[in-house]
Formats: sequence, structure tokens, C-alpha cells
Amino acid sequence: MKRFCLFPLWCVCAGLMAPPAEAAPKKLSFIPLWSPQAQFAGYYVALEKGFYRDRGLEVDILTGGPEKPADFLLEKGKADIATLWLSEAIKKRAQGVRLVNIAQILQRSALMLVAKKSSGIRRVEDLDGKTVALWESFRLQPLALFKKYKLRVNIIPQTQSVNLFLRDGAAAASVMIYNEYHTIINAGLNPGELTTFFFYNYGLNFPEDGLYMLEKNFNRDPAAAASFVKATLEGWTYAFKHKDEAVEIVLRRMRDARIPANRMHQKWMLEKMQGLIFPEGPATRAGQLKSADYDRVASELLKAGGWKSASYASFYKDCVTK
Amino acid sequence: MIKFKKGIAFKLALIFSGSVILIFLMIFGLYYRFTRAMIEKNTAENAKNLTLGTVARIEGILRSVQQVPENMAGALERGPVSKEELLDMVKSAVKKNPELYGSAIAFAPYAFDGTSFYYAPYYFRDKGSLSCVWLGNANYRYFMQDWFQIPKELGKAQWSEPYYDEGGGNALMATYSVPFYRMVKGKRTFSGVITADMSLKWLRDMVSAIKILDTGYAFLLSRNGTFVTHPREKLIMNETIFGVAEELDDKSLRDIGRDMISGKAGFVHSPKINAGRPGLLYYSPVTSSGWSLAVLFPQAELMADITHLNWLVLILSAAGMLILCIVVVYEARSITGPLTGMADATAEIAAGNLDFKMPETRSEDEVGILSRAFSAMQKSLKSHIARLTEATAAKERIESELNIAREIQLSILPKIFPPFPEMPGLDLFAVLKSAREVGGDLYDFFAMDDDHFCFVIGDVSGKGVPASLFMAVTKTLFKATALKDTPPEVVLDKVNNELSKGNEKSMFVTAFFAILNIRTGVIEFSNGGHNLPVVIRKDGSMEYLWRTGGMVVGAMEGIKFERGALTLASGDRFFLYTDGVTEAMDESKVLFSEERLLKELKLLEGLPVKEVLNRLLKMLVEYSKGDQSDDITMMLLEYQGPKQ
Repeated sequence: MKRFCLFPLWCVCAGLMAPPAEAAPKKLSFIPLWSPQAQFAGYYVALEKGFYRDRGLEVDILTGGPEKPADFLLEKGKADIATLWLSEAIKKRAQGVRLVNIAQILQRSALMLVAKKSSGIRRVEDLDGKTVALWESFRLQPLALFKKYKLRVNIIPQTQSVNLFLRDGAAAASVMIYNEYHTIINAGLNPGELTTFFFYNYGLNFPEDGLYMLEKNFNRDPAAAASFVKATLEGWTYAFKHKDEAVEIVLRRMRDARIPANRMHQKWMLEKMQGLIFPEGPATRAGQLKSADYDRVASELLKAGGWKSASYASFYKDCVTK
Repeated sequence: MIKFKKGIAFKLALIFSGSVILIFLMIFGLYYRFTRAMIEKNTAENAKNLTLGTVARIEGILRSVQQVPENMAGALERGPVSKEELLDMVKSAVKKNPELYGSAIAFAPYAFDGTSFYYAPYYFRDKGSLSCVWLGNANYRYFMQDWFQIPKELGKAQWSEPYYDEGGGNALMATYSVPFYRMVKGKRTFSGVITADMSLKWLRDMVSAIKILDTGYAFLLSRNGTFVTHPREKLIMNETIFGVAEELDDKSLRDIGRDMISGKAGFVHSPKINAGRPGLLYYSPVTSSGWSLAVLFPQAELMADITHLNWLVLILSAAGMLILCIVVVYEARSITGPLTGMADATAEIAAGNLDFKMPETRSEDEVGILSRAFSAMQKSLKSHIARLTEATAAKERIESELNIAREIQLSILPKIFPPFPEMPGLDLFAVLKSAREVGGDLYDFFAMDDDHFCFVIGDVSGKGVPASLFMAVTKTLFKATALKDTPPEVVLDKVNNELSKGNEKSMFVTAFFAILNIRTGVIEFSNGGHNLPVVIRKDGSMEYLWRTGGMVVGAMEGIKFERGALTLASGDRFFLYTDGVTEAMDESKVLFSEERLLKELKLLEGLPVKEVLNRLLKMLVEYSKGDQSDDITMMLLEYQGPKQ
């Protein structure tokens, strides 16, 4: 019964919270990190179910993809809000782009390393001396891991596919739990045949997708940003409670963007997103950037490339509790 | 409510149908299994031939394409080439090989001339002519492409996963990449990759052309399990067999997929492969590219003929079974019908209805024989009962006549005691109990005149009706002969002579005839062979009247009887009896005897005459346990003194 009660409750809350006496909704554009998929189900659901509109927002979700880098669009003002990885955002800020985190959607790092047990890798130490394919952009955590365990690893660049790994050209590869890992499973490898390394298990939890705005845009209307964050979290909550409906919404988006859609893969992705966004269930601190997470990533960036990060307070604008 | 009786018809139908169904099911099951196995064997054979034939054709084409970059690699490894030679090599390769869409020689960074980071001329077919582009820039770092990296890392030539090439008119393509090496500072060093792009349209056409029955088809999986061809367009390049297995929640399909992409060949059942329906799958690897070709035989269609036949056989069997049941029930009824009729008839006959008509049967079998035997039994029973009824009627008639005769016989004996109230000084009682309805014993007494009282007791030879008639004659003769003043021996003489005349049956009678002078107490008598009477004196002494034998009466004419006499004092008694008394027998054939008679008489002394005789009679009946063998007659006379 609860699930039926919740929705009207949200409507009431939304009604109360919506800025009164404002007839015209505030227009916001949002660019996800990648093309439509269940990684962004919460946003599509929030839009589809009217959670943004209920909070007085008129949100336009832009279709992302490799040709539309989210950071570029944000920087150029083509989008008001973007999803960026925390580490990338800290780097951008260090590079002088005045952006702020208004919510940390992913609480856990989705990045992981995967290896075949048949190649003799069962523990992290077994990676020593092995060839590991790593995405060039996302090497921060793996390198930190190798350093932490003093592993000498032959690193090769990882292409957009996992074919090299599948054909045993690399002993291990970097994958996202919600994406390439499933691709590997769907290429016939059984989970039992794989060894997985989740970075959050090795003290290297670099939570990825967060919501970012240019500071000046945020300062202009923090309330709108807060409304966007709250509606987004509602969208995620709804998506995890109505997974089939959420997958349907995502698939529609994908078809609209002419992207090959695979229902099972999107189901998998949504399932995995739940563990990353609400790792301890719908926790009270969902959507918030924890200072410990921020400090961890910041210090690792400093060690790795001398990136100097802003203070937590100036980087993170709490839109969940305020 | 009709109670369901499990009759013979039901049992026969059950047993026959049950046995036939069992036998049929066994045969049918065996036949079905055998046929199925045969079809599957043939299918496997066909599938194998079809698959292997197709695989061989695919391999042939793939090998011919592989040859091109391999030859080029050989040429490049022999030594450095100029830019012109390089371009010519690529161009002529594409030109000479119509199955090639395009070809590139992509050098590793600085591997061509030590200065160029990217060096990769690519010739491809473009609207009928050959175009050339140089691959590699900041946005397309070909070192980061699978077609370059995988052969490089693996150190051997590789077919790429099939892909859609946007430049090539969005056609399905696959690239064969051959790494080549050069000696650098005496060391064999990776220098680049030669590619041959091939459109897979021919492959799709070839595989799509395979049609099996109505809905069977073939499909090709890439090394990753991705559908390269499939009748369901949606699956092509978009789904792997493992994704489909996940969607169908079919683990066996996943296992099949794993076998397929690992280069195995096999023939398997898959319950859901045919869009959720079962199918038979034969698969075989395309070794050179790591692909796998499978042909699917839809189970339902494959087994359609046998399924059709099964239905036909089942329907025919059901009909046959019905006919069998009807025949069995009909035949059983033809047996049980007459039996039931006979049972009913027997019950009727038992109830006494002998005229009840037996059900007719014309059959010559056991039932017919039984039926006729029943009829014969009924007839003989009927006639037997008729005879019995007749005999019973006759017997009853005779019995009733005998009863009448008995009454008549008894009625001719005097029954009033004491006989002559006007004759005081005399008390008398007599009893006669015949062994049968009528008897041959007799007694009589009558007054000859005022002073003379005569009495007689007799026993006719034989028993029953003849004896009774003879007795009646004898009694009448005595009465008629004992006229006044006739001495007793004369009476006997006369009676003897009368009876002897015309006595063809030679019957006779023993008789004791006596005349008592009431005034004097003198008894004159004559004994015709009768038992000796007993004289019972008042003082209690008693004796048989010895020496009074004589011939039996009626046996011989003309014989003379003797006279005897004795005198009775007042209070003396005279006891007469027939041999039915002394010769009464108990169960062990022991006679009552004269001695026993005397003893008993002694015990009864002093009792009134009637009482004495009644008690004696009762004793005798008890002695013989009701099985009286001879007539019993007793007469007791008490002389009470002269007449006053």
C-alpha cells in the first residue's frame, strides 16, 4: 500500500515546497554524462512522472553522448546542470572552471576491475606482472590500487569494447559494474568464472556521477537547484520501486535517440544503480557529497597529478537538506 | 436407485479393454520412441550436413579474404617499402579482390618512417570506384581500435567482431587484421596491422537462405555470442544468445551458447530456443573467425507428421477400443442374458411355479447346454412332483379309509365297562391298541343268559387290513355261534369249521373262549392256540392256566377242541391277553416276557381292573418306545361272588 500512498504525498510536498505565486516554471537544461541509458533513469523518470514540473521546474534533458561531452556543454553554458564524475569535476575546478557539486548521486564507485579466474587471478596481489587494460580517462583508482599494493602491472589502453579482455589479450580490464560487466556476462562468461575488484572494497571509493552547476548559475537561483536535486532523488526512488516502468521510460528515450536498446541490459543497469545510489537503502544522506569521499578523491588527485582542490565547503552546495 | 452391479459383461469389458490398452500403449510408446529417435537421427544427419556444408562455404570465402592481408604482411616483412609501393599494394589488393570492401595498412606510431605518428592509408570502394583516405588523427587514434589493438596484443591475425560501418553505407562488416613485424635493431618488432574489410551481406544472404520446414532457420553467432544473422531483425548485432537466455530465463540456452562460442559442435534439444518453443539445434564452429553457425529445427514441425500420425492412431485406437467394448459387452450379454433368465426361472421354480417358461436359447455352446439341462430338469421335476402328488393323494385316501376301518373295527368291540350293570358280581375291563390303523386282535363278551357270561379274546395271524377283516368275521362268528347252552369247545369247533371253509389265504386266529357261570364262579373254556390266561387269586397268588393249549382256529377244518374249567372265588381275577403283550420288544429286541407280565401284575394287585390295564398299557408303550410291533389286547375280569 505504501507505494500507492507515496506518490500523492510527494505531490502534496511538492505543492508545499514549490515557490508560491510563481506562475511561469523555471527553465533548466540538463546534460547527462552519456547517451540515454538506465544510468540516468532517475532523471528521465522524474521528468516523465512530472516531479520537476511539480517543483516548478521546466527541465529539458539533453541527449548526451560521445559527441556531446557534458563538461564541455556545462562550461559553455549550453546546459545548466550536468552529471560529471567527482574526480573529473575536481580536476575541472582545479583547472579554473568554477563549478559546484549540488548533489552526489552515486555514493559508490561503479568502476571495477574484472579478471578471468582462468588466468590465475583470484586476489588483488595476483595482478602483479599481468597485462591490464585500462580506460585512459579513468585510471586514477586503478593506479592508486596498484600503488597501494605495490603491483607492477603492464597497463595497456582499453578501447571502447571489452573484446581484448574477452579474447585474453588482457588479464584484467576496467569495467563499470552497470555496463561492461554485464556485457562480459552476456558474452558467455559466468560470474563464477570472474574475479571482481570493487574499489570501494580497497579504500578507494571515488563516487562517480554527481550533479554540477557553474557556481554563478547556482548562486543566481539556489532554490531551483535544490528543487532539481530533490525531484531527481524522487525520480530515483520511484524508478527503483517501479523498475519495469522505469526501464520502459529509459527504453523509450533510447529509441527516440536511435540508440540500440536492450531491455535486459537496461534492467541490469537499473538494478546496479540502486546499489550505487542507495548502498544502504534509501539512506538519509542519499544525494549528499560526504566530506570523507571528497577528501579521499582530492588527496588522491593531489598525489597523482598535483591537482589542487577547492575546499569542501566551496565545492559542495548541499541541496538535499537545505 | 440402480445399484451398479459388476457383472460378467463389465468385468470382461474391463479386462479386455485394460489388457488391449496396456498392450497398445506399450507398442505405441515403443513405436513413438523409435520413430522419434529415427526422425531425430535423420534430422541430426541433415542438420550436420547442412551446417557443415554452409560452414565450409563460409570458411572458403573467409580464407580467400584472409589470404590478401596475409600476403601483404609477408611482403611488408621482407623489407621497407616506399609510400608509392605501399599505396599501390593496398589499392591493387582491393581492386583485385571483389569480396574486399576496403583494406588498410596501419603502422604503429613512427613505425613507417620514424617521423609519422599516424601512418595508415586506407583504400575502400566508394560508389563503384576506389577511394583513399589516411586514417589517424586526434579524434581517431587507430591504435585505440580493436582492429589494431587486438591482433597487436595477441600477436596473431584476428577477425573483428562484426560491426556496422557508417562509412560503408551502414553495411554489416567484419575486419580481418594481420599484425606484421619488422626487424628493428635485430629484434622482431611489431610494426603495424594490415586489415581487410569485408561486407557480410553475402554471409547474411547465405545464412538467411537456409530455410528448414516452415519456420526453421539458421543463425550465426559472433565470437561474443552476438547474433550476426537471425530471422528476428531486432536481435542482429543487438543481442547475444546469452542476453536471450537471460530474457527467457533459460539456463540451458546459456550453456548452449557457451558451447557454441567455445568452438564446439553439437546437436541439442533446447526447450525455448524457437521463440520460446522447443527446437533441435545443430551447431558447428566457423573456425577461422571464431563464429558459430547453428541451424534450428522447430520441434513441432519436425514432429508434425508423427504427431499427426499419433493423433490418427489414437483416434483409431479409441474407436477400436469402443468397438471392442461394444462387442465384448454384446457377447457377454449373450451369455449372461440367458444365465440371468435361468437364474430368474430357477427362483420362480424354487418358489413353486413349475410351469414357468425357461428362456429359450438356440446356441450350441455351454450356455445352450446348460439351458437345455435346466429345461429337462424342470420337466422331470414337474413329472416327479406330479407323481408324488398322486401318490400322496392315494396314500391319504387309503389312510382315511383305514381310519374309517379302524373306527368301524373299534366300534364292533364292546366298550362299555362294566358291561352289564344288571349283572352284579362281575367287573371287567378290556383294552385294544392296534399296531397299525387296523389290527387283527379281538375281544368280546356278552351274556348267554342270566347266569352265563361268555368272553373271548383272539389274535388273527398277520396284521393290517386282511387281519382286521378276518378278525371281524371271527368276532361275528363267535357271537353267532355262542348260543345258549353251547359248550365252549363246540363254539370253537363251529367257528373253526366256518373259518376254515374257503380260507384260501390260510389265515387263522388264536382264540380263548370262556363261559363264566356267575352263580358258581365256574369258568368253562376252550383254548384255540391262544396265550395262556393268568388266574389271579384274591390272596395274591397267580398262575398261568397251564395245559390249555390246542390248535389254532381256522387253519384246519374238522378238528376238535377241548374244554377246560376252573372256579373263581369271590375276588379272584382272570387276565387274558394277546402275544402283543408278552412279545412287546424294547430297543434291543428284548421281549417283555411272561415272567415280567406276572411280576407287573403282582405289583398292580388290588388296583381296580381299569387302572391295572391302563397302567399295563402305558408300561408297554413305554417299553417299546412307541415302536409297537404287534397289536396289544388285554382283558381283566374280576369275579365278585355269586349273584344275589
